[in-house]
Amino acid sequence: MMNAAITICYLLAGIGFIVGLRMLGKTQSARKGNWVSALGMLAAVLGAFLAIVRDSGAEFSFGNVVWIVVGVVLGGVIGAVTARMVKMTAMPEMVALFNGFGGIASLLVAAATVVWLGGNAGGHFSAATLFLAMLIGGITFTGSLVAFGKLAEKLPSKPILYSGQNVVNALVMLLVVVAGVCYTIWPDQWWIFLVVSLISLYFGVAVVIPIGGADMPVVISLLNSYSGLAACAAGFAVNNTLLIITGGLVGASGIILTRIMCKAMNRSLANVLFSGFGSGSGGSGAAAAGGSQGTAKSMTPEDAYYILEAAQSVVIVPGYGMAVAQAQHAVRELAEQLEANGCEVKFAIHPVAGRMPGHMNVLLAEANVPYEQLVEMDDINPVMATMDVAIVLGANDVVNPAAREEESSPIYGMPVINVDEARTVFVLKRSMRSGFAGIENPLFFKDNTSMIFGDAKATIEAMVAEFKE
Amino acid sequence: MSGHVPYEALGFLFMLAMFLGLELIAKVPATLHTPLMSGSNAISGITLIGAMSLAAYGTGWSIFLGALAVGFASINVVGGYLVTDRMLEMFKSKSKKGGA
Repeated sequence: MMNAAITICYLLAGIGFIVGLRMLGKTQSARKGNWVSALGMLAAVLGAFLAIVRDSGAEFSFGNVVWIVVGVVLGGVIGAVTARMVKMTAMPEMVALFNGFGGIASLLVAAATVVWLGGNAGGHFSAATLFLAMLIGGITFTGSLVAFGKLAEKLPSKPILYSGQNVVNALVMLLVVVAGVCYTIWPDQWWIFLVVSLISLYFGVAVVIPIGGADMPVVISLLNSYSGLAACAAGFAVNNTLLIITGGLVGASGIILTRIMCKAMNRSLANVLFSGFGSGSGGSGAAAAGGSQGTAKSMTPEDAYYILEAAQSVVIVPGYGMAVAQAQHAVRELAEQLEANGCEVKFAIHPVAGRMPGHMNVLLAEANVPYEQLVEMDDINPVMATMDVAIVLGANDVVNPAAREEESSPIYGMPVINVDEARTVFVLKRSMRSGFAGIENPLFFKDNTSMIFGDAKATIEAMVAEFKE
Repeated sequence: MSGHVPYEALGFLFMLAMFLGLELIAKVPATLHTPLMSGSNAISGITLIGAMSLAAYGTGWSIFLGALAVGFASINVVGGYLVTDRMLEMFKSKSKKGGA
């Protein structure tokens, strides 16, 4: 009877996660899907609780159950409060932080199992899986914390590099692999587990610290995948099928996002992880080349208004600068003014614009921009030539025509939004400084481009004010 | 932790789950990238149930470690689902039919 109830709970949980994820992938059903998956989680917790009651039998330990309840309530309250309080602009670092907590939970599950088994992991297989759960969990934890630090700008978002970094990391990696093999062969050597759990925490820091802010969408997706795989390894270790299935689903979703992000930058995953892209080493050379490209024209928001007023179609291309300036509400207002003026407005979003996958979509949704108005790169590029005005709002590398035209450019081959094909281009920017990657942007020097310097939010608000007059 | 499932069955389950995951979310629109990430992130808090059983049967330090894992996983689960819901709540369609 009890067994049947537990099985049903776990099955319902599995169904909840699968159906929930599927619904989460479609705009119409996404919100319900999230709740379906949450109900699945509830069923899983209920099942786990029933299993505890069943297996404890006569020795049902009330004290231990108190520990669990305290953990769930405390964690639940902390999670609920932070989720309610966090600002939408702080979403990337929040997701990174929650992800890290999932990682440390898997590490702790592995550690608790080793302690519970009295320091002997039992068989070779269980030693190997405990080792993996600890390793992936540890990397996920500190890697996510570093990503959190970079996104919240508590750490410098530029890559932190030192000479021989890749060699040191490769040696650490080798050490970890050797230790893993040794632990699998000698599962009673618990000190190997202890030492490597400390190394895994170091390793998470070491692999994320050399990656720059603009590559964060890839890092976050990858860490998301890791947290699933860590749960999966923990499932192998404690022989729980639900953990394995669920961890596998999450691992796969992270892999898909990672692949989409890498493809959007035309770079391999290895290149993102190890190249220290955007450290600015190529900056001086690129700047020197830029000098020969001529001078950029600049314009005031008032001048720009006259062109916008006459425009029939406007495409707005947001980037990380929009998030920094918190200009999403102002830009929605501008879009409304333009539409009231009989102009067609679209937002073109590059897959890696911002600091996490879909970052711009979240911010614009917060500002009440309907999602039909958001178009993807592949849909806007073919019609770009018919657009009267393209407004580049805090984006840089994702609209850089050098990716198409200059084979020597570090971002050559990266798919970009071809704003330079629009009749007029406005680039809203603080200064002429090159973008994150230190790459000069020939877009600024094109004949149809006008720079509008200043804070993006202030500039947009000035345009809106002109419309209202 | 009763009822031992053979390792090969666990391996097959893992493989099938990965393929299923890849199929389920292969064509997700860019708008949903963030919610998908944070939603699947919440699901990865499933470690919670492993942590629960360890805290339940453990003795000494393993109870403590297990309970700590329960706490972290709970933050991950509850925070993850609520934050995802907050985001999806904002995603609205122009037709104003209640949105997503």
